[in-house]
Amino acid sequence: MALTRDQIAQRVAQELRDGYYVNLGIGIPTLVANFVPEGIEVMLQSENGLLGMGPFPTEEEIDADLINAGKQTVTMATGASIFDSAESFAMIRGGHVDLTVLGAFEVDVNGNIASYMIPGKLIKGMGGAMDLVAGADNIIVTMTHASKHGDSKLLSNCSLPLTGKGCIKLVLTDLAFIEIKEGKFHLLERAPGVSVEEIVKLTAGELVVPDNVPEMIFES
Amino acid sequence: MSGFDKVVTSYQEAMAGLEDNMTIIAGGFGLCGIPENLIAEIKRKKTIGLTVVSNNCGVDDFGLGVLLPNRQIKKIVASYVGENAEFERQMMAGELEVELTPQGTLAEKMRAGGAGIPAFYTATGVGTPVAEGKDQRQFKGRDYILEEAITGDFAIVKAWKADRYGNLVFRQTARNFNPMAATAGKITVVEVEEIVEPGELNPDEIHTPGIYVNRLIQGTFEKRIEQRTVRPSKTTATVGE
Repeated sequence: MALTRDQIAQRVAQELRDGYYVNLGIGIPTLVANFVPEGIEVMLQSENGLLGMGPFPTEEEIDADLINAGKQTVTMATGASIFDSAESFAMIRGGHVDLTVLGAFEVDVNGNIASYMIPGKLIKGMGGAMDLVAGADNIIVTMTHASKHGDSKLLSNCSLPLTGKGCIKLVLTDLAFIEIKEGKFHLLERAPGVSVEEIVKLTAGELVVPDNVPEMIFES
Repeated sequence: MSGFDKVVTSYQEAMAGLEDNMTIIAGGFGLCGIPENLIAEIKRKKTIGLTVVSNNCGVDDFGLGVLLPNRQIKKIVASYVGENAEFERQMMAGELEVELTPQGTLAEKMRAGGAGIPAFYTATGVGTPVAEGKDQRQFKGRDYILEEAITGDFAIVKAWKADRYGNLVFRQTARNFNPMAATAGKITVVEVEEIVEPGELNPDEIHTPGIYVNRLIQGTFEKRIEQRTVRPSKTTATVGE
């Protein structure tokens, strides 16, 4: 079975380490915050100027001056700090954020990522995504493996305008956990019940498959 | 009256001197921390041909979006413009020039503009459409592109509190682009929720010194919320989307 959105978030959360400063993009990455493993503490960075993002407010706590990068009302965690946008991107560009999780339309075997524009269709802008992929060393891209029509999103060459060049090393899809190195995709893990053949079929770029591909493990 | 007193008493006075075809730098992220009454005054003045530099362009009926129906904006420099139907229509029809700029680069362009730095190198955007036509150079084996600073004829800023000398304090994430915008205007106009006497703010806790501020006005604010997300009271906290 392909992973649900929550399961994708859950698998990403297994990569969190105690003391990590983490930037979560909009969409599935946001859900990662719900699955922080017991016994570890992470601090969430929101690029509009908040380090230490807390959960959504209750109706009584809502404050128009306190939002996240998705423009949602949020709260602050204990030990949070507030800063301006230049400072926020100094953190990001300067490589101070330990893990960045973000979505994409396409990735390719050279670690290129396209995530912000579909010419003629969707022109909303890159927001902070270009800074995030350029500044972070440790990035996990989350996305569905293929489109609804079965077109692979893991390509030899991205077809859409790039968000960043040669910056992606890890991709978690609804079918597989994949590493990108030496100009190839490498299959690390597969979703429970998903066959290697299915993953191979839906991966357009060159995919290296080791003899043994473990299933992802989820604690329930 | 002290020569450092920046307070004006009408929005008309606050935006006096704004003319057609000028460049305006605006603070705010989404609808958070936007100078909403200064924007309304620009709409009232019917100034046209404006170049606006702002992270976003508001929504259809609030924020910078209110300047779109009368075609007051000629060009916008922004990182994300996806919340606005009229904006999309004008952009697709070629009526509005849009320069998409990465968010961190946009913040740094304002900061550099206000700090007298004409340009800077950044890795953001290398190998993407943003790099087209820009000087590219290697430092320690990595590619960077040259991005130019931005300054404006006007900067419009929203802060929380100020003293009469224009020393500013921002509140929570309504700070965002406002401190950089404040430094990058030939004329910087700030609207705040409360003005106090000089000496009442703790100098250690001032975010933007008054030297950057030319005019200061106290206003009342709608503070519209774009995405009202809540959790139920008294249950386990979760983050959704």
